Amino acid sequence: MPDLDQIFVNLKHWLLGQLEGILSASWLELVSILLSLVPILIVFPTLFAIMTIMERKGLGRIQNRYGPNRVGPFGFLQPAADGIKALIKEDLVPRAADKVVHLLAPVILVVTAFTVYAVLPIGRNMVVLDLDAGLLFFFAVGAASDLAVFMAGWAIRNKYALLGAMRAVAQMVSYEIPLILSSVAVVMITGTLSLPEIVMAQSTHFGFLPDWFVFTPWGFAGFLLFMIAANAEANRSPFDLPEGESEIIAGYFIEYSGFKFALFFLAEYLSLFAICGLGITLFLGGWNAPFAGLEFIPSWAWFFLKLITLMCLFIWTRGTLPRLRQDQLMNLAWKFMIPMVLINLVAAALWHFTGPGFMRWLTSGALLIVAHLFLGNPQFERKDIGKRTYRFAE
Amino acid sequence: MTLSFAIIAALIIAAATAAMTLRNLVHSALAVAIAFAGLASAYLQLGAQFVGLTQILVYVGAVAILIVFAVLLTRGGEAPEKSVFSASWFWGAAIATSVFALLACAINHSFASKRALPPQPSATVEQIGQDLMTKFVLPLEVIGLLLTAALIGAVIIAMRDESPKSKIEDGGSKMDKTSGPSSILHPPSSSGGHQ
Amino acid sequence: MTPLAGYLLLSAFLFAIGLAGALTRRNAIIVLIGIELMLNAANLNFIAFWRYGANPEALTGIMFVIFAIAVAAAEAAVGLALIIAIYRHYKTTNVDEMNSLKG
Repeated sequence: MPDLDQIFVNLKHWLLGQLEGILSASWLELVSILLSLVPILIVFPTLFAIMTIMERKGLGRIQNRYGPNRVGPFGFLQPAADGIKALIKEDLVPRAADKVVHLLAPVILVVTAFTVYAVLPIGRNMVVLDLDAGLLFFFAVGAASDLAVFMAGWAIRNKYALLGAMRAVAQMVSYEIPLILSSVAVVMITGTLSLPEIVMAQSTHFGFLPDWFVFTPWGFAGFLLFMIAANAEANRSPFDLPEGESEIIAGYFIEYSGFKFALFFLAEYLSLFAICGLGITLFLGGWNAPFAGLEFIPSWAWFFLKLITLMCLFIWTRGTLPRLRQDQLMNLAWKFMIPMVLINLVAAALWHFTGPGFMRWLTSGALLIVAHLFLGNPQFERKDIGKRTYRFAE
Repeated sequence: MTLSFAIIAALIIAAATAAMTLRNLVHSALAVAIAFAGLASAYLQLGAQFVGLTQILVYVGAVAILIVFAVLLTRGGEAPEKSVFSASWFWGAAIATSVFALLACAINHSFASKRALPPQPSATVEQIGQDLMTKFVLPLEVIGLLLTAALIGAVIIAMRDESPKSKIEDGGSKMDKTSGPSSILHPPSSSGGHQ
Repeated sequence: MTPLAGYLLLSAFLFAIGLAGALTRRNAIIVLIGIELMLNAANLNFIAFWRYGANPEALTGIMFVIFAIAVAAAEAAVGLALIIAIYRHYKTTNVDEMNSLKG
């Protein structure tokens, strides 16, 4: 019975061993890099295709209708039909558009979306780049995608697309702060920025519960904040005003058609998978199995299982919650999430400095609950409805 | 090593030159973002991993977007009608050329051109963190203060001039408007004078 | 030419380009971009000297660059806020036309 857990690692080493006599050292290095990268380029777009059909059928069922059910059995060949449509559609470029930037924007978005997978630990010993500052790499390359979103909206010289792009950039920049600060709490506790080491720090067990960070008060709050910020970073409902499908049709990529639109779509879902993968690595224990008895399921299977569970959670949120307005969105980021995330840091520090035992649950949890009560409810309930005032544009 | 250095150097210089000479402001901002990314790869090549990634996060992810927002808020999106260079461009270019010539001479005659190569030093995140918390803790706290001051200052400077009296519900008496930023620091005087 | 001399020449050239842009362009925002390029050239100098210099274990070069990046970002924010405020008053970002101190 081969070791299922390490099957891909062993396969790669066997292949390299076969080629060792034939190729020189630098070619061997190139082949080794290719063997690490090509699975990412194959697996995650396949997951994207599965996700599109899962989402459309899931949303359909939530909205009391069938999803697509014409192509293939129960509609499961729909991604193939979508792919063929995207490839054969005419690529329209508006006459006044800036051709170079119009071409580069989806390319840069897809390149940054793929690059972040290089530091995600997908299984035991299965990470492409074990960087010393892996988490910083993830956030840096994620931040670079904001510029590509702006380029997309600006290149087509359409004022509504530009408006959508500015809103999208403002939203992404605002929600980067809660995203990064909620992971700083994890970095503080583990003392390292390297993602495989953060996963290793969660592989012990506390009684029968695994030592994942989501099972601590600050970890639970951090996970919730991280997931809300991830939702907003990926422009998904309820934060999808920039691409509000019922208002400005497609927002900043309204004039893109054919393959470029497919690239935007691909980049959006890929970055969503990457952020979910990061959330799993930081809070849900990465590729660790929850109970010691379930270790026979390989580590990469646990990663993808957790990823698909988070995906279902996102599809559920999209189908259920209404869209937030732009000012409500910004208020949520700056007035609620940033104070909560800073208090989460203090709660994590409290957890670390009170020793192990029952007290630290009490202090950490109490701080977070009190903070939530003060920050959450008074902000968002309507106070007195006073006399209507008018503010004209000047 | 020298081939990758040549490629990165060529990229940085081409992007910087494009940023300084293009007519369209948004193209110029995007070119300088490319220059920042090229510099980040130069830092990564020199082995300073933390600094290179911070450069991408701060410069490409924030400063470039800031520049682009400022360009759009000041109507820079349209093409300029006259030349983009000011009337005294010759002296500016002469000064820049002489500065470069001076620096190049100094570099060539210094010990830098003749030194042997030391091995690659290591700068792990843990070492940087240790130094930040022990040797450099005072600059760290001062930087926090400086960033807070810059944040508040930028918001106050760029805030739109407006006072509660300019709203219509008061009957439209817009004659004695007080300016926005100073009304935070000083209460409005009764004489209603400017500034 | 040693690698250190190569990096120093690159940073000097980048500095000269930034200086030329800051001195010759009309638009205030391009002047600011030139200033950012000059700051980046100095940062490259620091990292090159950290790598090839005398005492790399002290991490002085890296520390300086981290603080310089923070200061440059703060300065870019305040500078652009100033340009927006000035634009609201003069209705132009042409530095040649901002030549009176009276409001």
